[in-house]
Amino acid sequence: MASIDIRNVRKNFGIVSVLHGVDLAIENGEFVVLVGPSGCGKSTLLRMIAGLEEVTEGEIRIDGTRVNERAPKDRDIAMVFQSYALYPHMNVAENMSYGLRIRKAASEKIAAAVGNAARKLELQPLLARRPKALSGGQRQRVAMGRAIVRQPKAFLFDEPLSNLDARLREQMRAEIKKLHRDLGATSIYVTHDQIEAMTLADRIVAMHEGVVQQVGSPLELYDRPANLFVAGFIGSPAMNFLLARYEVSAGTAGARLPDGTLIALSSGYQLEEGAAVTLGIRPEHVEMSPASEGSLRAAVDLIEPTGFGIILHLGLHGLPFNVFTLDRAALTAGPTVTVTFPPQHLHLFDETGKRALTSSLQQGKN
Amino acid sequence: MNRYSILGTALHRLAILCYMGFALFPLFWLLKVSVTPNDLLYSEGVRMWPSRMSFEHFRFVLAHSAFPVFFRNSMIVAGATAAIVTLLASLSGYALSRFTFRGKYWLVALMLLTQMFPLVMLVAPIFKMLSPLGLTNSLTGLVVVYTAFNIPFATFLMQSFFDGIPKELEEAAKIDGATQFMAFRQIILPLTLPGIAATLGFVFTAAWSELLFALMLISGNSAATFPVGLLTFVSKFSVDFGQMMAAGVLALIPACLFFLFIQRYLVQGLTAGAVKG
Ligand SMILES: Nc1ncnc2c1ncn2[C@@H]1O[C@H](COP(=O)(O)OP(=O)(O)O)[C@@H](O)[C@H]1O
Ligand SMILES: [Mg+2]
Repeated sequence: MASIDIRNVRKNFGIVSVLHGVDLAIENGEFVVLVGPSGCGKSTLLRMIAGLEEVTEGEIRIDGTRVNERAPKDRDIAMVFQSYALYPHMNVAENMSYGLRIRKAASEKIAAAVGNAARKLELQPLLARRPKALSGGQRQRVAMGRAIVRQPKAFLFDEPLSNLDARLREQMRAEIKKLHRDLGATSIYVTHDQIEAMTLADRIVAMHEGVVQQVGSPLELYDRPANLFVAGFIGSPAMNFLLARYEVSAGTAGARLPDGTLIALSSGYQLEEGAAVTLGIRPEHVEMSPASEGSLRAAVDLIEPTGFGIILHLGLHGLPFNVFTLDRAALTAGPTVTVTFPPQHLHLFDETGKRALTSSLQQGKN
Repeated sequence: MNRYSILGTALHRLAILCYMGFALFPLFWLLKVSVTPNDLLYSEGVRMWPSRMSFEHFRFVLAHSAFPVFFRNSMIVAGATAAIVTLLASLSGYALSRFTFRGKYWLVALMLLTQMFPLVMLVAPIFKMLSPLGLTNSLTGLVVVYTAFNIPFATFLMQSFFDGIPKELEEAAKIDGATQFMAFRQIILPLTLPGIAATLGFVFTAAWSELLFALMLISGNSAATFPVGLLTFVSKFSVDFGQMMAAGVLALIPACLFFLFIQRYLVQGLTAGAVKG
C-alpha cells in the first residue's frame, strides 16, 4: 500500500499537449476516481502512473520516491485494463500467477495466493479454463484476480466495467467496492461514467481537457460544483443552466432572466450590480407549484417516466430545461407548468463559467 | 434447411471440387508419369493410370543420379534461409509494429521499393558482387541472396501478425513484472506462432523452388540445388520424363512434410478471447 503524489505533471504527444499540469496527492488506502468525458486525458494520466507513458514534465512519486524513470515492473502496481488484456495462451490460474512466477515466488506461495484470489472472486471452478472460454463478466473477474494476487502497492483501473452490460456493471461495481473495503489498497479508478465515480470514490477528481477541474468527495462535487463543467458533468439528468444578471433591489439579491423574471437568491454574494451570471439548478431541485412571484411558466415537451420518478422535458423560452420529480401527478402535466427555484438550491457561476460563486450564507452552512 | 440453401451448399462444394481438381491435377500427372515405365510412356496414349506400374525411375534417381546431392543442397539452402529470414523478420516486424523511431517511414518505403524490381535485372550485379567474395558456386552465397530477397516481404508479413496482437497484452505483462524482451518472448511470441509458421512455410517454399539465381550463381553439380538438378534430366537429344517426374515427386516430400508439421500452428484464432467480449 502506498501514497501517490502527482506534481505538476504534463504530457505532450509530439506537439499536442494532453495534460496541462496536474497536481494530485493520493493518500494511502484511498479510492480515487478520475472522471471526465472521453479524451480528457484520464487514461494518459493513469498510464503515466503505471509507467506505460513517459512523463513529459513534472514528477510522480510513489511512497515518496520519484518513479518517473522507473520501468513499470519496478513500480509494484497492478492495472486492470478496459479490454482485460488476459493472456490468451494461458489458463485462468496461469494468468493470475504470471506476475508471481516471473518474480520467482515460491510455488506454495503462488498456489496460496491464487487460491485466495480465486476464492474471493469465485473463480475456483474456472481455474483451468482459457480466457476464450469465459464470459465477459468472468474475464473481468480474472483481470481483477490477476491484479490482487500480487498484493501490489496500488491498483489502477482503466474503465474496467465499460465492456459489461448494465446489470453486470452494477454488480461488479459493488464487488470492486467490497474488494477495496477488504484489501484497503490505494486505488485509482478511471471512468467516464459519473455514476460509477459517485458510487465508488472516496474522492473524485473531475477532469476536462487535460486540466483537473475539482477534487473532492462525491457529495462535495454534487453539492458544490466548482465550475460550470463539473456542475454539468456530475448528476443525471444534468443540471439546468440559465443566463441572468445579478440585481439587488430593496435589499434583497436576485437574478434577472432575459424575459424579465426576477429569481430570488440567497443574500451575500460578492457581486456587482448588473454582473452577468449563469444560474444552475438540478432537475431534482426544481419545484412545480402554482404561479407566484418569481415563478416561471414553461411548455411541456416530453414526459419520461423512469419508474422511480418522472423526467419532464420543458422548453423555457425555447431553451431545454429538465425537471425530475417523484410526484406521479406530473405524468398528466398539462401543456404548460409553472416552476420555481428554491434559493438554497441555486448555483451561481461567473461569466466565464470557470468559477462558482458562493453566498456568505452557503459558506456558513458548509 | 430450405431448398435454396441446399442448392447453394451443393454449388459451393462443386466450385471447391472444381478448383481442387484444377489445382491438383498437375501433381497427379507428375505422380502418374513417375510410375509409368518408359516403354509405356508413349505407347499407351493418354490414360489416367498406366496399365503397369513401376518404380524403376525412383530407383534410378536415388541410386544412379546426382539427385541426392541436389536434394541435400536444397534442404540446407531452404532450411537455413527459412530459419534466418524468420528470425530476422520477426524481430524487425515487431519493431515496425510496436516502436516509433526516426526514419521508420523511409525504411518501410525502401523495403517496398526492393519488391518492385524484376529480379532478372539484378542477376548480373549480384554475380559481380558475390564472385570476389567467393560466394558464387556456394550454398552460403545462395542463402545470403535468398535471405536478402525474402526479408522485406517476410517482415511485412510478421508485422501484420504482430499488429493483430493487442498492445495491452504486453503492457499487462510489463506491469506484471516482465521486461520488454520477456513480454516479447513469453506473451507475444507464443501468440505469433501462426505467423511464424506461415513465414517459415512461405520462405521455405520460395527458396526450395527458386531457379533463376540458383542457375546463375551455381555451376557444376556439387552446389546445385534441386530445381537446377531437374534440368540435368534434359539432354540435348531427349527429356527423360520418367526420371524427371520421379525426382519431382521426391522433391515434393519435404515441402509436404514441412507443411504437415507447421499446419497446426497455421490455425488461426489463437488470440480469440484476449481482449473484449
Ligand atoms: N499515443 C498517443 N499519441 C497521440 N495522442 C494520444 C495518444 N494517446 C492518447 N492521445 C490523445 O490524448 C488525449 C487523451 O487521451 P486519453 O488519456 O486516452 O483520454 P481518456 O482516457 O480520458 O478518454 C486524446 O485526445 C488522445 O487522442
Ligand atoms: Mg481512456
